[in-house]
Amino acid sequence: MIPTLFGVAVLVFLLLRVAPGDIVELKYAGTGAFVSKEAMDQERAQLGLDKPLWRQFGDWMWGIARFDFGDSMWTGRPITYEIAIRLQLSLQLAIMATIVAVLLSIPLGTIAALRQDTWVDYVVRVFSIAGLAMPSFWLGILMILGMLIFFRWLPPMFFTPIWVDPWANLSQLIWPALAVGYRYSAVATRMTRSAVLEVLREDYIRTARAKGLWERLILTRHALKNAMLPVVTVIGLEFAFLIGGLVVTEQVFNLNGIGMLFVEAITRRDYTMTQALVLLVSFTFIVVNFVMDLVYAWLDPRIRYQ
Amino acid sequence: MMVKRFSLRGRPGAVVSVCMIVLVATVIPAAMAAEQPKAGGTLDFAVGETPPSYDGHRETTFAMLHPLAPHYSTLLRFDPENYPKIEGDVAESWTVSKDGLTYTFKMRKGIKFHDGSLLTARDVKATYDKIVFPPEGVASARKAYYAMVEKVEAPDESTVVFRLKWPSASLLAQLASPWNFIYKADILVKDPRWYEKNIMGTGPFTFVEYIPGSHWVGKKNPDYFVKGRPYLDGYRAVFIRDTAPRVAAIRGGQALIEFRGFSPATRDDLVRTLGDKVRVQESPWICNMTVAINNEKKPFDDVRVRKALSLAIDRWEGSKALSQISIMKPVGGLMRPGSEFATPEAELTKLAGFAKDSEASRKEARRLLKEAGVPEGFAFTLKNRNIKEPYEAVGIFVIDQWRKVGLNVTHLPQEGGPYFADLRAGNYETSIDFACDFMDEPDYQLIKFVSGDKSPLNYARYKDAVLDEIYEKQGRATDPKERLRLIRQMEKRVLDEQAYQFHVLWWQRIIPHWARVKGWKITPSHYLNQDLRDVWLAPE
Repeated sequence: MIPTLFGVAVLVFLLLRVAPGDIVELKYAGTGAFVSKEAMDQERAQLGLDKPLWRQFGDWMWGIARFDFGDSMWTGRPITYEIAIRLQLSLQLAIMATIVAVLLSIPLGTIAALRQDTWVDYVVRVFSIAGLAMPSFWLGILMILGMLIFFRWLPPMFFTPIWVDPWANLSQLIWPALAVGYRYSAVATRMTRSAVLEVLREDYIRTARAKGLWERLILTRHALKNAMLPVVTVIGLEFAFLIGGLVVTEQVFNLNGIGMLFVEAITRRDYTMTQALVLLVSFTFIVVNFVMDLVYAWLDPRIRYQ
Repeated sequence: MMVKRFSLRGRPGAVVSVCMIVLVATVIPAAMAAEQPKAGGTLDFAVGETPPSYDGHRETTFAMLHPLAPHYSTLLRFDPENYPKIEGDVAESWTVSKDGLTYTFKMRKGIKFHDGSLLTARDVKATYDKIVFPPEGVASARKAYYAMVEKVEAPDESTVVFRLKWPSASLLAQLASPWNFIYKADILVKDPRWYEKNIMGTGPFTFVEYIPGSHWVGKKNPDYFVKGRPYLDGYRAVFIRDTAPRVAAIRGGQALIEFRGFSPATRDDLVRTLGDKVRVQESPWICNMTVAINNEKKPFDDVRVRKALSLAIDRWEGSKALSQISIMKPVGGLMRPGSEFATPEAELTKLAGFAKDSEASRKEARRLLKEAGVPEGFAFTLKNRNIKEPYEAVGIFVIDQWRKVGLNVTHLPQEGGPYFADLRAGNYETSIDFACDFMDEPDYQLIKFVSGDKSPLNYARYKDAVLDEIYEKQGRATDPKERLRLIRQMEKRVLDEQAYQFHVLWWQRIIPHWARVKGWKITPSHYLNQDLRDVWLAPE
């Protein structure tokens, strides 16, 4: 994990510095204000941008070693604070979207496999292909317009934690969760269908049927568990992507999430924030991969790790 | 005895009189009551960006001003009902010495900070010391505009004196800047950067909560020094970055107003869907789009080529067309049309590029290009910001106009970082540029056109000592007529004689909002009139 994160850190640090423009320029020139060169140079010095690159990198690495990610160059507030505020929403949205995806994809994929080449299978396949074709942000826009036009109602525009007001929280997040979860489920549904079909053709399933076991028992005890390996992979990777990857969906629903923060940090050339977010997302992918490895081992006892 | 009963029959005059009396007694008071400010309610409004820091002296974005201005007072302010008239905010009155070098302000008494402490002249002095003479490590975005200030004194608790090095035509307007929040001296002494992350003002609203990226909440200051204000119990600024959800929020009533401005299409959409529930206020805006020309690159170092580029643009027809699809509308010179410094149309049309006969102008443009040796179909690039409104529309319009004089221009929209980097480095041929200010003040609008080594806003890469001199003179001219004469002289040199860079059009500010939002009047700047002290909400 450490070498991976270090490699990511070096790459993101260098790539950001290569991009033209800096935060001070964007902050002041971006509003057309007359700010003297001295004032801008002073601001750069305060942000440490006048130091040599190796020094900037060294300071940053030293901070990370002490779990100090520094302050946002744009707001001056601690990065951990800025991220923590938004991580709540992004995490909850990711979990809700995953729940929607799992609740949709596994039953639908299984039914489609069991009823292969029947109208049930076709309906499920159309449903999943539509999900793949439909961008979640576009679906989100349709949802918002539909709610506005037909019900003259909009979800709340700012986040309330679920423990403060569950109704307000769910009123806001259920819609993006459905929009994102539908698209997410489309991928997992097709994967589930393929995996179950493959497993149902295995010899041990034929043997189980020959022994007279109930079909439901065969499915739940023997088939599904074996079919879940690739499905778990897809679900895991999609979950990791949801942390910080839902930029447009967050814009459409005005969600104060990690994705929005990411885009703002990059367009503002907020180096410290961008670097921290890239590390966060990388760390998330690494953790999710690790969790998936553990799940593999649980699902398939033949898999053992040294 | 017979009782004579009074009857109106046969007395038509009396009937009319009685009807009039009933009308006056009922309708007019009802109408007056309907417009009487009502206390109470929370105003929810949308803001299209989030504030970087909380320090008004340091920041330059409306994203800071809109949520934070209600927490603060300034020394002077623009009268929102009578822009550009200036009135006192914490200052009650002021005098100016005959030589124009000493401005003496008397403070109102009894103004309290939100922590209960009294505001004195010492706080105003400390505030302006921070703005004009910022200590090491403290950023002051508008420091350069106060070069005329020699020192600020507070001889007693209620008097502040500004001593100038030279007379200034713009000092009072500068002191009415909405960015010049009055801070507490005791706090500044301990930590001059405290206000970057904290709030302590004397404004009509106190600070309640800020969730970064989400919303900002303020509540009524019961000790506000203007009695009876504010009317609102509080406000909530909701940060909605994208335009579509921002419009949806207004449409759905989750935000009652957005103080920056919308496009004509959005205005029409809101009017269509909300009908009489929405009211639209419009005003010319102190913002404009400019074509910056790299005067160091051939053939743009030739004044004939630059002039041709300006002559090719039919601004009058452009205004009619672009105002349908974007916020571009007023045609004007270096000063905002409609302002006290604006060039009258009769004079404006004499300047290159501003004549109404576009065919004659284009003919002249072709002649100049030919004379300068620029061939038909000459190709170059126009860089631009990759922002739809109004940059994209202006870029496309300008390219179309240049095509009509035989020029072949490629549009290169860029993300903000590379765009500003290229402008600053001179890595462009022509570019769309812009400017936005908080007031009609030549010191602000004209700084863009002085020599590049004197103005960081001049990206056109030229030096002109004549312009520098005129700019300095107009800034020190206290006689309005003389000042206007100098402004005209500068405008003629910039737009007509040299065409170093030129405006395309000025912006039009369009604010559709729920009609129940009362007491807020649009001004030519989205930086002004944002303290919300006069705003009230009519019942739903």
